[in-house]
Amino acid sequence: MNLTLHVWRQSGPKAPGKLEQYEAKNVSPDQSFLEMLDEVNEHLIKEGKDPIAFDHDCREGICGMCSQVINGVPHGGRERTTVCQLHMRSFNDGDTIYIEPWRALAFPIQKDLIVDRNGLEKIIQAGGYTSCHTGGVADGNAILVPKIAADYAMDAAECIGCGACVAACPNGSAMLYTSAKVAQLAALPQGQAEAAERVCAMTEAMQEAGFGNCSNHYECQAACPKGINVKFIAKLNREYQKALLK
Amino acid sequence: MILDGKCPKGPIQTSWDRHRFDLKLVNPANKRKYKVLVVGTGLAGGAAAASLGELGYNVEAFCYQDSARRAHSIAAQGGINAAKNYPNDGDSIYRLFYDTIKGGDFRAREADVWRLAQVSNNIIDQCVAQGVPFARDYAGYLDNRSFGGAQVSRTFYARGQTGQQLLLGAYSALSRQVKAGTVKLFARTEMLDLVVVDGEAKGITVRDLITGEIRTHVGDAVVLATGGYVNVFYLSTNAMGCSVTANWRAHKKGAFFANPCYTQIHPTCIPQSGDHQSKLTLMSESLRNDGRCWAPKKKGDNRHPNDIPEEERDYYLERKYPSFGNLAPRDIASRAAKEQCDDGRGVGPGGRGVNLDFSAAIKRVGEHTIRERYGNLFEMYEKITDENAYKQPMRMYPAPHYSMGGLWVDYNCESNVPGLFVLGEANFSVHGANRLGASALMQGLADGYFVIPYTIANYLAKTKPGAVTADHAECKKSVEDVKAYNNRLMNINGKKTVSEFHRELGKIMWENVGMARSEETLKDAIKRIPVLREEFWNNVKVTGKGEELNQQLENAGRVADFLEFGELMAKDALHRNESCGGHFRVEHQMPDGEAKRDDENYCYVGAWEFKGVDKEPELHKEPLTFENVHLAVRSYK
Repeated sequence: MNLTLHVWRQSGPKAPGKLEQYEAKNVSPDQSFLEMLDEVNEHLIKEGKDPIAFDHDCREGICGMCSQVINGVPHGGRERTTVCQLHMRSFNDGDTIYIEPWRALAFPIQKDLIVDRNGLEKIIQAGGYTSCHTGGVADGNAILVPKIAADYAMDAAECIGCGACVAACPNGSAMLYTSAKVAQLAALPQGQAEAAERVCAMTEAMQEAGFGNCSNHYECQAACPKGINVKFIAKLNREYQKALLK
Repeated sequence: MILDGKCPKGPIQTSWDRHRFDLKLVNPANKRKYKVLVVGTGLAGGAAAASLGELGYNVEAFCYQDSARRAHSIAAQGGINAAKNYPNDGDSIYRLFYDTIKGGDFRAREADVWRLAQVSNNIIDQCVAQGVPFARDYAGYLDNRSFGGAQVSRTFYARGQTGQQLLLGAYSALSRQVKAGTVKLFARTEMLDLVVVDGEAKGITVRDLITGEIRTHVGDAVVLATGGYVNVFYLSTNAMGCSVTANWRAHKKGAFFANPCYTQIHPTCIPQSGDHQSKLTLMSESLRNDGRCWAPKKKGDNRHPNDIPEEERDYYLERKYPSFGNLAPRDIASRAAKEQCDDGRGVGPGGRGVNLDFSAAIKRVGEHTIRERYGNLFEMYEKITDENAYKQPMRMYPAPHYSMGGLWVDYNCESNVPGLFVLGEANFSVHGANRLGASALMQGLADGYFVIPYTIANYLAKTKPGAVTADHAECKKSVEDVKAYNNRLMNINGKKTVSEFHRELGKIMWENVGMARSEETLKDAIKRIPVLREEFWNNVKVTGKGEELNQQLENAGRVADFLEFGELMAKDALHRNESCGGHFRVEHQMPDGEAKRDDENYCYVGAWEFKGVDKEPELHKEPLTFENVHLAVRSYK
């Protein structure tokens, strides 16, 4: 199939950017979206032009590196799918596709489709851990974890930290991301001791990094390639209020 | 030169404990005076940086991704082994040790493997304390499953995302140290040179991938946890950014490269769909707990797999290896799959595939249970192939996955260059010629959490902190060398892209140094790789500038290194005139097609010394001695 692409090009963080048009020819339906872009880039290089810069690494939907807004939707809108797992069979011959970087105040553009997601790091650094030292911990079976709690924690822990939730949110909020870590650790006995401190520190870091707040649009859940549920945001709010009362 | 692994003598059961007592210590007040550079933030690097930071060392950690959480350890699916023996099925440290030595086809050091098995239990405890949500049973106890090469259930898992959860555990520990100020993190930073001063590793030269700045970081010791090199095959299950670059540049500065020919071809990967493909996707070995591998008995049988009746199917693993069945080790399962396809009984496009069938398991335990165990894997399979594996078998074909070879290290994980430590997949130490499933995660975390914190002190205690500063002549020279190298790449301005060269190299490597190797194919590779390399240096096209975000330049450097490394790999495979584990020389096989080792002549680690591009590398040997297991023919029948 043949496609027309409109791709956001921006040479650097401070440079002005604009959409540029490219043709993708003879695209196979079995190709992944990124492989389609690889071929466009091969042509650009041969013409001596700067190829489109985009983040990607594992190409199996787990590292969270890829980050593109496709036709207005982060990761392209296929349920539970990252850009790298999106295949061209989701498109039709003759389609026009718009490709943009994550759009959020807290994610400044570095080049083309690559953004700076350091704000997400700051949130985890503020408290997204249990403060256990290497060694000197109890046997793995010393503290039982009910299966329901373990499964709940795992549902939250599936977050790949890509930032699609932020890009999808009209407020540029990182509540889904933050809540996933808070909820994971709050559900486990190992995370209890620091629960109150953690939720306050992470929420504060989230605001400091320039992310907005949740106003219940639920766009984040729809865009999340791992299907992280907004119920974790409710859990975050509950944990936060519990902490304030302490 | 005969290399000495410096393994502790005496009874193996107490070897690590005695060794730890013999190691020198750095007192708590002095630790902060030492700076340690850790390259790579996967399981090994992330765990090392976090643990060293906790101890009070001044750590700088580097990764090429935009976050330490994205290293390719994250993609490991199935699980992590430990000798806990929770299921009461006969496991022990000794059994895990024995299985690993045997699984590696008797080409690993006993002492290193013993230590790995011993600390495996601590790893599980550590991860649980970090909040890793391992699978639990209804009573709240940790759950186990089985993996290849073992007859006990010792694999701990977190759905099909164990690597992700363990890495996020290490990443959270690392993040905690970043906040505490003991670890400084440099993301989007790639190591391009090792700085060696008076024979010791004292720094690294890096490129800031955002600004293009080339600069040196100095430290009192350097830890490489930079992963494996199977992207030399172009198509592999590794992430796109995985490369041999950090290891190779260290090799060019004197670190020996051990057993580069030991590569693991994983049996269950989604077959290639076309020439456009940029990478291959693995489907966890854990699927073989419930999936049965089969190929049609009849050649060229094009019927839909569901239409092929039971009696016309060849469950070849169950037939050939009745006691291990579908859980035969990876090297053996891969070769068996290739054998079916070479025999004209493969399925899918081009006949390069075999079936992995879940229908019997679904009938036995129900689709719901299978979905609970492997739901995300089935989903991933459907995204890529557009096929529903609950309704029809998956199609699988082997693909390059892991490198058992790596930089040579002694028992302390220290390379032959003092002050240079190498951890995880980047070193060669514990997997011998074949790695068993769920052992990579175990090794990465063992090295990072429980080995390097002890062994690095032994080196640091003997050195004066801060002896080298960034204005040292060697640092300046290293920066100039890297700049000149990159400028050379930028200025060729040829006609072919970096990817085109990578694809061509990959083809040579896969066809000649892949699953089956012979003197003829290896000699052919050794002839063709330098020709391709020469063409690369005359005809590659790298657009843009060096002083900016330039992904073409990043890739060009990595492919340039693969073009040198691939030749060494072929030379190592040619010199090792035996078959063992993942290294299969067609000249050396048993009558039934199994790998035939030559213990008399090749029971050693082959470590290569770099002598210059286009010059013959020099081979050094470290003899392997086995005092606790018998060198035996490896049988899974």
